[in-house]
Amino acid sequence: MRLRDSRLRRIFVVVNAILLALIGFCCLAPMLNVLWCSISDPIALTRDQGFRLLPIFPLNFSGYETVLGYRNIAIGYMNTLIYVVLGTALNLVLTTLAAYVLSRKRFAPRNRVMLFLAFTMLFNGGMIPNYMLVRNLGLLDHYAAVLLPSAFSVFNLVIMRTSFAEIPDSLEESARLDGANELQILVRIIIPVSKATVAVIALFVAIAFWNSWFTASIYLQDRDKWPLQMFLREILITTSQRSLSSGVRMNTVVQQTLVKYCTIMVATVPILCIYPFVQKYFVKGVMLGSIKG
Amino acid sequence: MKPERILLNYKKNKVLYWMILPVITYVCIFNYLPMFGLTMAFQNYSLTGGIFGSKWIWFDNFKDFFQGLYFQRTLNNTLLISFYTLLFAFPAPIIFALMLNEVRHTGFKKIVQTVSYMPHFISMIVVVSLINDFTNSNGVIASIVATLGGTPRSYATDPASFRTVFVISEIWQQIGFNSIIYLAALSGISEELYEAAELDGAGRIAQLFHVTLPGIASTIIIMFILRCGALMTVNFEKILLMYSPATYETADVIQTYVYRIGIIKQKIGYSTAVGLFNSIISLGLIVLANNLSRKYTEVSMF
Repeated sequence: MRLRDSRLRRIFVVVNAILLALIGFCCLAPMLNVLWCSISDPIALTRDQGFRLLPIFPLNFSGYETVLGYRNIAIGYMNTLIYVVLGTALNLVLTTLAAYVLSRKRFAPRNRVMLFLAFTMLFNGGMIPNYMLVRNLGLLDHYAAVLLPSAFSVFNLVIMRTSFAEIPDSLEESARLDGANELQILVRIIIPVSKATVAVIALFVAIAFWNSWFTASIYLQDRDKWPLQMFLREILITTSQRSLSSGVRMNTVVQQTLVKYCTIMVATVPILCIYPFVQKYFVKGVMLGSIKG
Repeated sequence: MKPERILLNYKKNKVLYWMILPVITYVCIFNYLPMFGLTMAFQNYSLTGGIFGSKWIWFDNFKDFFQGLYFQRTLNNTLLISFYTLLFAFPAPIIFALMLNEVRHTGFKKIVQTVSYMPHFISMIVVVSLINDFTNSNGVIASIVATLGGTPRSYATDPASFRTVFVISEIWQQIGFNSIIYLAALSGISEELYEAAELDGAGRIAQLFHVTLPGIASTIIIMFILRCGALMTVNFEKILLMYSPATYETADVIQTYVYRIGIIKQKIGYSTAVGLFNSIISLGLIVLANNLSRKYTEVSMF
């Protein structure tokens, strides 16, 4: 009986490991395919379609040369950096200030203010009233149209407030005795003590700005202010639909396919290089978020 | 709370009140002003007249929507896509977490985890472009189908398979990331419980049903209820990138419809009304889900 059990167990462990490896492969495979295609010879690619486990040799980097020479990619990269840096900074300032105040017991109306803020998680104006607001504020085609509507999230506030509230009052009291004012307490004591939470929120906000395209697509006509994702949409989705329907010359299509793969890599690699190293932080972030619901 | 008390509190903690002011101002402008803008739903809104100069037509916009061709279709699609996502994409990360939990080799476990988080960080634009590449008539899926003897077609542009493609891609995007919370719950189950179960002669399967699943049941229930509350909220940005007039009949959801008539065709009053309908049902579902959660799991958001 014991023997049979352990043999079954061994079969289970192996099958389980194989299935998990398969799932892992499926998660990785599409991007791996893009990577190999982006450095393969485009003509050979059209002959040998399907999934690539390895690139076609000899390697060919002409696609990257083309993409890195694109003016649009450069503009998009610059704008995305502006949105990510300013957007994250704005978010952090607003969120830390509010989280600090709302986690202080001496702030008498804290429950009322929290209710006022939390209600927006349940109900909001929706797409069209938001659009009309940005339009009426005269923000269309300004950087602010992308930055301001996502400058603050109550969800992040709830996470940060929980983290700030866990800090013992004695730390604040001793700083106050040393003559620190509110802002100094926040910047020198509270934020350093809960830097993991602040880092998680900064990371999530930054990734959200890096990947966001919808606000830009409805608020920005001016291509000089487009973030990278908007140019990506044009290269990857809009044009590919158009060229399929209108039958462009063969070698342009070939070149276009290669450019597509290279663009995906250029736009995605920065994030894919960062996330494995900050994993432990976002695991913590998900946990924090879920505890409060 | 009496105004005098607030005033007293303000005098003692002036700086705190100034520190919260930016956020209150922000939320008033960017969250509450649009709620006031919902009045447009009851008007024949004209861009020149604005909210104060447009004609009030009360519930005519809603009537138009309910009696129009799009109501049935967009509501159906919204609910069906949500339902299929709930049915298939909700259990996937739980099963994945249970499988990972059985792995004793830390290195292997870590690699599988890291790799499975990756799709979550890829932008929607890139994801949809990958989907298009994989599902077009000479893509990877089609070539697999062809080898198996089927007739390959273009799956994402076919109304019959749009939802399947959508749900599978949702699973691909979220299976790893959504498993984090279940893995955390699993690691919280005490080792002693397993030892005690083993002493009682429980096999692996019995341990799964009597120790592991009860250990993460509350997490599963909370996540399930949250998901039910969001039934009217589909990932419309992704649908917007994936669909085309050819797939509208199965892909067009309420929010993509709002986008088309509101942002593109600029029928502001009507589209606000359609959006408001969606928001109200959503709010009802959230409140209902929250009450159920409070009743059965003693966990609630408000």
